[in-house]
Amino acid sequence: MVLEVSQIHTYYGSSHVLQGVSLSVAEGEVVCLLGRNGAGKTTTLRTIMGLAPPRSGSVKARGREIGGLPPHAIARLGIGFVPEDRRVYPDLTVRENLLVVHRRGDGAGRAWTVDRVYELFPVLARLDSHKGGYLSGGEQQMLTIGRTLMTNPRILLLDEPAEGLSPLVVQALAEQIMRLKREGMTILLSEQNLRFATHLSDRAYVIEKGTIRYEGTVAEFEQNEAVRHRYLMV
Amino acid sequence: MELSVLLNQFLSGLTRAGVLFMLASGLTLIFGVARVINFAHGSLYMVAVYLSYSFLRLFGPGGMGFWLSLVAVALSLALIGGAIEAGLIRRIYGREHLQQLLLTFALIYIIGDAVKFVWGITPKSVSRPPFLEASIPVPGGSFPVYNLFVIGLAALVGVGLWLMLARTKLGWLIRAVAADIEITEALGVNVPRLLTLVFMVGTLLVGVGGAAAAPLTVGALGMDVEIVILCFIVVIIGGAGSLLGAAVAALLVGLLEAFGILALPQFAVVFIYALMAVVMIVRPWGLFGTPG
Repeated sequence: MVLEVSQIHTYYGSSHVLQGVSLSVAEGEVVCLLGRNGAGKTTTLRTIMGLAPPRSGSVKARGREIGGLPPHAIARLGIGFVPEDRRVYPDLTVRENLLVVHRRGDGAGRAWTVDRVYELFPVLARLDSHKGGYLSGGEQQMLTIGRTLMTNPRILLLDEPAEGLSPLVVQALAEQIMRLKREGMTILLSEQNLRFATHLSDRAYVIEKGTIRYEGTVAEFEQNEAVRHRYLMV
Repeated sequence: MELSVLLNQFLSGLTRAGVLFMLASGLTLIFGVARVINFAHGSLYMVAVYLSYSFLRLFGPGGMGFWLSLVAVALSLALIGGAIEAGLIRRIYGREHLQQLLLTFALIYIIGDAVKFVWGITPKSVSRPPFLEASIPVPGGSFPVYNLFVIGLAALVGVGLWLMLARTKLGWLIRAVAADIEITEALGVNVPRLLTLVFMVGTLLVGVGGAAAAPLTVGALGMDVEIVILCFIVVIIGGAGSLLGAAVAALLVGLLEAFGILALPQFAVVFIYALMAVVMIVRPWGLFGTPG
């Protein structure tokens, strides 16, 4: 398993946000974490990343326990985090946004460079010397993904990448993530946009009130109207 | 009024601006990146001036002694700044401003007493290095070459800092941390180490500024509080976190002080406070700062 989360409990102050979440992602797999607003999707990813450390439970990356490590150490073990609200560096140019966090990975797979990111997101190449803060929402989303790829991660954690983007941009983004998948990237994706997520994923988890309520292949999930209805209200 | 007097005041103002800029750029860098309001910044300046006295005695008064002392003071201050960050300030990141204020305010007293303990209460002065002792003729008088050296050094420091922030990966990292600490750390950057480094760069600038200012001033107790107020005025006028703002505001404050003395010898400082008041009313975030 590239990532194995078992029975994590995470609190924000006294509020018990994650109540025993377990999930796993295998090499080359795209897995989505579905749930309504406030269900615990973002907290799950933040817990894996060390930004909201779990009070109990275990997070393992390729067999190694990473729970309790500082975020930068977790990132250096190959976990690439793409935050939900984009958060590009507004005063840095597109190229600087990419180069500032560039890091050689562990040598597995083809290394990411600025040119390779521009190949995946051609629109960024044209914006090379523009400041991140002046990009559109979709461009910023591509830049945030590209920025994380520059750290040469073994797994990408994508937090609601389609949120707030127009349907056309979402479609383009889906194609680009598909391409990443074909190139062998392992991805854990949190989403509310079911069509976007199921189109990309191999397996799905459904989270509700901090607990995993369902897990299965995307094909199974698409047959299961009851789960979709109860937890995702569609 | 004679032109020569105006020219002389202009050059004096520039010199003062140069020193203020070197100090305020460190203060604004530390605030912009680490979000820490360091009231002890002026105390570090005082330490730099006293250290210049000691290092010049150690290395001798010649030109070589001057350069060695400048480097030694700068490195010492970087180490002191790094120790203060790693030992104390690191514990209060993200806490309310009052705690930062109390901690750095306490440092003013601690450093003040430490200076008194090490160097005593007699004021200490140093002389200009021999190769910069001359004066150059200016219309109607002469002007010390050393002051021109300080002006040039400040310009060099400003350009160097700008190049570092704009062109180097370290500069991008510093700006990335200033914009978003959490995400930068989640992308694999060892932010705690970077913050220590930023503190060291900020206090290194105090070291350069203090060593450069030493021959122009007298090391005396109380100089810490006097200078820190001016540094904060510069940072507030220029906009907290803005290097360009620190440069422009240092020029404004330095020149206003020099020409204010001509207009109202007893109350020159009033002009500076008036300028700050106007800026705070019109642009509370400073000339080159960003609102919010």
